[in-house]
Amino acid sequence: MAILLFADHDNDVLFDQTARAMTAALQIGGEIDVLIVGKNAQGAAQAASHLTGVRKVLLAEGDALEHRLAEASAALLVSLAPHYATLVAPATTSGKNIFPRVAAFLDVMQVSEIVEVVAPDTFKRPIYAGNAIQTVQVTDAKIIVTVRTANFTPTAQDGHAPVESIAISDTPPLSTFVENRFASSDRPELSSARLVISGGRALGSEENFRRLILPVADKLGAAVGASRAAVDAGYAPNDWQVGQTGKIVAPDLYLACGISGAIQHLAGMKDSKVIVAINKDADAPIFQVADYGVVGDIFDMLPELESKL
Amino acid sequence: MKILVAIKRVVDHNVKIRVKSDGSGVDNSNAKMSMNPFDEIALEEAIRLKEAGKADEVVAVTVGGLAAQDVLRTALAMGADRAILIKADTIPEPLSVAKLLAAIARSETPDLMLFGKQAIDDDCNQTGQMTSALLGWSQATFVSHIVLDGDRARATREVDGGLQVIEVTLPSIMTVDLRLNEPRYASLPNIMKAKKKPLEEMNSADLGIDIAPRLRVIATEEPSGRKSGITLSGMSELIDKLKVEAGVL
Ligand SMILES: Cc1cc2nc3c(=O)[nH]c(=O)nc-3n(C[C@H](O)[C@H](O)[C@H](O)COP(=O)(O)OP(=O)(O)OC[C@H]3O[C@@H](n4cnc5c(N)ncnc54)[C@H](O)[C@@H]3O)c2cc1C
Ligand SMILES: Nc1ncnc2c1ncn2[C@@H]1O[C@H](COP(=O)(O)O)[C@@H](O)[C@H]1O
Repeated sequence: MAILLFADHDNDVLFDQTARAMTAALQIGGEIDVLIVGKNAQGAAQAASHLTGVRKVLLAEGDALEHRLAEASAALLVSLAPHYATLVAPATTSGKNIFPRVAAFLDVMQVSEIVEVVAPDTFKRPIYAGNAIQTVQVTDAKIIVTVRTANFTPTAQDGHAPVESIAISDTPPLSTFVENRFASSDRPELSSARLVISGGRALGSEENFRRLILPVADKLGAAVGASRAAVDAGYAPNDWQVGQTGKIVAPDLYLACGISGAIQHLAGMKDSKVIVAINKDADAPIFQVADYGVVGDIFDMLPELESKL
Repeated sequence: MKILVAIKRVVDHNVKIRVKSDGSGVDNSNAKMSMNPFDEIALEEAIRLKEAGKADEVVAVTVGGLAAQDVLRTALAMGADRAILIKADTIPEPLSVAKLLAAIARSETPDLMLFGKQAIDDDCNQTGQMTSALLGWSQATFVSHIVLDGDRARATREVDGGLQVIEVTLPSIMTVDLRLNEPRYASLPNIMKAKKKPLEEMNSADLGIDIAPRLRVIATEEPSGRKSGITLSGMSELIDKLKVEAGVL
C-alpha cells in the first residue's frame, strides 16, 4: 500500500528536508503521495510536485492550517491515514511536533529519527545521543516514521505530479498561533548546508561571535552553528544549536571553533564528511573526531583564516 | 491549578554508555542513574509557578521499576508536593507510557502537564505529544517560556527558524526545552523533609492497559567510529589540506 509523506515548508518554499525524507520514502518503496498542509501554499505544492517519484500532491489549505499547529495538522493526517500503510515526515520541529500525536491517535508506536531503511518495516535509529544504533522492526499494522534528514540526500526534482486540493473540516482550535520570531538570513540553512562553521563558549560574547565567526562563514558561503553553551549564553540564537537536542548536521565540512566536543555536541555533527577543530586545549575531546586539528587561539586563528580564504 | 510533571529515570548524561558486544543492548548495570535533564527543567518550572502563586499543587509521576523511587524523592526534595510511581518491570515504550500517564491524568485532572522534550536514553521525543493526543488536549512542544492566563496559556516554542509563540486552552500538555529555566539543587533540609512527603505506588497492570512492546528490537550496535585525524600547524596548512587533500573547498 501507499506512503504519505508529510512535507515541511513555509507555504512558499518547500524545505530541503522534505526532499531528503522523500529519499527515505523511496527506499521504503511504494506509491508516494506528498501532503502539503498550509494556507496559500501553492508555491510549496508546486515544488513538491517536482520531487522525483511522487504520485500526487495533496494540498490541504485553511486558516487553522497556516502554521501547521499540532492539533489541526494531526487531525487531518489521521483522516487520511486509512489510505496509507506508511506515514513519513522529516524530523524537523514540525514533524517532531505533529507525528507522535498522529501515531497515538492511530495506536501505533512511532519510530523516531531513522537513519537507515533496512526493510520496509525495519529501520536503524540512534539512541543515547548516537552512542548506540538500534535496529527495530515495526509490528503495528501501520508504520509511522520520522527521518533524520542529514543521513539522506535530497531526491532529484524532475517529476511533474498532479496537485489535488483536499477538503478539510473545521473544528474549534485547541491552540492558536500568535507570532513567529524568525530572523531572516541570506546564509544557507543549517540542516542542509554543504559547509558549516560553529562557535562555542570560547567566543565569550555575542559581539565576538559575530566579529569572528560570521566573516569566515561569509567567505566560505557556510551556514553558522553553535554549541549549547554559546546559545545558552546568548552568543547565538537557539535555532543555531547543533547537537543531541539541537540540529543534526552532516555537511561536507564542519569547522568547530572553541568547542570542547561534549558527547551531546558530537551527536549533532559526527557524521560530517570532514571535521576541523580549532581549540587551544590539545586534549579537547573534539580532536578525537576531527580529521584536521589546529591547536591554537581562535582569536588569532579565525581572522587569519578569513584573510587567507 | 494543579500541575503534573512526567519524570523519567535515565542513565546520567555524563555516563558514556557501553554497547553489549553480542548486540543485545546497552549495558547499564552499574551506571549512575538520574532524572532526565529535561524533566528537571519541567519540574523546576512547575515549582516556580507554584512559588509565584499561579499553581497550588505539583505532582511528580514516573513509570519505571522500584528503583525509580530515587528520582521521585529528588523531585519531592526539589519541591513537588507528592509523587506517584507506576511500577513496571521494564520501562515500556513511549506509547505505553503515554497510555499510563493519560490514565493518571484522567484521575488526577491536572490543568497542566509538563514533560521533557525528549528522554536522553531513547531520544524518542514523542511521549508528551502522544499523551496529549490520548487525552484530546492541546499541546505545546519545545517550550522555552510559559505564561499562564486563566483558562489559557501562552507558550514560546523553539522551532526551526527561531521562536514561535502560540496560545493554548487548558488543560494542556507542554514539553520543555533547555532554555526554559535553570533547575535548582535540592538542599539538605529539603532532602530530609522529602522523606515524609507522600509517594504513592501502583502497578501498571492494575491500570488495565496493555503495555506489550510494538517495536521488535533486532540489534543494538556501536556506531561506526571515526579514524583519528592529524594535527596541522596553522591556517595556511589547513586551507591547503581542505582544498587539495579533502577537496571540500
Ligand atoms: C540534556 C543535555 C543536552 C545537551 N544538548 C546539547 C546540544 O544539543 N548541543 C551542544 O552543543 N551541547 C549540548 N549539551 C551541553 C554539552 O554537554 C556541553 O556542555 C556543551 O556542548 C559545551 O559547549 P562548548 O564546547 O562551547 O563549551 P566548553 O565545554 O566550555 O568548551 C569550550 C572550549 O573552548 C576552548 N577554548 C577556550 N578559549 C579558547 C580560545 N581562545 N581559542 C580556542 N579554544 C578555546 C576550550 O579549550 C574548550 O575546549 C547538552 C547537555 C545536556 C545535559
Ligand atoms: N517512563 C517514563 N515515566 C515518566 N515520564 C516519562 C517516561 N518516559 C518518558 N517520559 C516523559 O516523556 C518525555 C519524553 O520522552 P521520550 O518520548 O521517551 O523522548 C520525558 O522527558 C518525560 O517527561
